[in-house]
Amino acid sequence: MQPSPVDIQHYLLLAALLFCIGVFGVLVRRNALVVFMSIELMLNAANLTFLAFARDRLDDAGHLAALFVIAVAAAEAAIGLAIIIAMFRNRGTVNMEDIRTMKY
Amino acid sequence: MNFSVSEAVFLLLAFATVFSASLVIAARNPINSAMALVATFFFLAAIYAQLLAHTIAVLQILVYAGAIMVLFLFVIMLLSLTDLGAPGPRVTFHRVVGGAAAFGLFVALVLALLRWHANPVTGRPGSGLRFGTLEAVGGLLYTRWLLPFEAVSLLLLVAMVGAVVVAKPRV
Repeated sequence: MQPSPVDIQHYLLLAALLFCIGVFGVLVRRNALVVFMSIELMLNAANLTFLAFARDRLDDAGHLAALFVIAVAAAEAAIGLAIIIAMFRNRGTVNMEDIRTMKY
Repeated sequence: MNFSVSEAVFLLLAFATVFSASLVIAARNPINSAMALVATFFFLAAIYAQLLAHTIAVLQILVYAGAIMVLFLFVIMLLSLTDLGAPGPRVTFHRVVGGAAAFGLFVALVLALLRWHANPVTGRPGSGLRFGTLEAVGGLLYTRWLLPFEAVSLLLLVAMVGAVVVAKPRV
């Protein structure tokens, strides 16, 4: 088995950049949907790290970790989007800055 | 500088990924964000394939670019956010601090990466050509990782029921 033709560190750097773009989106954007998409970006950055280390160490267990992250992300997306729908129905907005209380 | 083909492909994919990920954050309309996110997932799937994670690359397209993004688009259209509302002040204290925190995190991660060195690849015997194939991943999934796999199926069931209950107008 050949070592990876591209240095593993480059993949990790890309993952770090993707994760920080996600963090930036979560902290700066006001639309709850876009904040949610930023969280998906961060999950994908974590997946990329898992897969890069799996390739480096030639260990398939990293692929399974990524698989579970994808499954949990699907569950999280379903619940989170349901919460956004409920929020929009009750408050008429998905703007994070207009939602300051947990309850009327 | 001379690049090998793999390095050139990686650089191209990395730039495309970062560009589309930035579009997700920068787009004003959530639909455009969602479309940029689909593009990001496809580029990431190509990068996964380059890392020999073929199974995960296929799953990425099926689950992320397929199922999850359809869910996103449905919700965006369901909410019919035609009026994006008053933009509000573009630069607020909260945003400046958030942006600085994200940038600081990136600097910290880069500094940590610069101090880290990859181990020389040792390679377990027998992993060779099967690495990352459906056979190898599936074999592990149904033997050593069977319990987490079943737990995930339960989690998905709970999420399904929970999503229906939370989104219902009246429980």
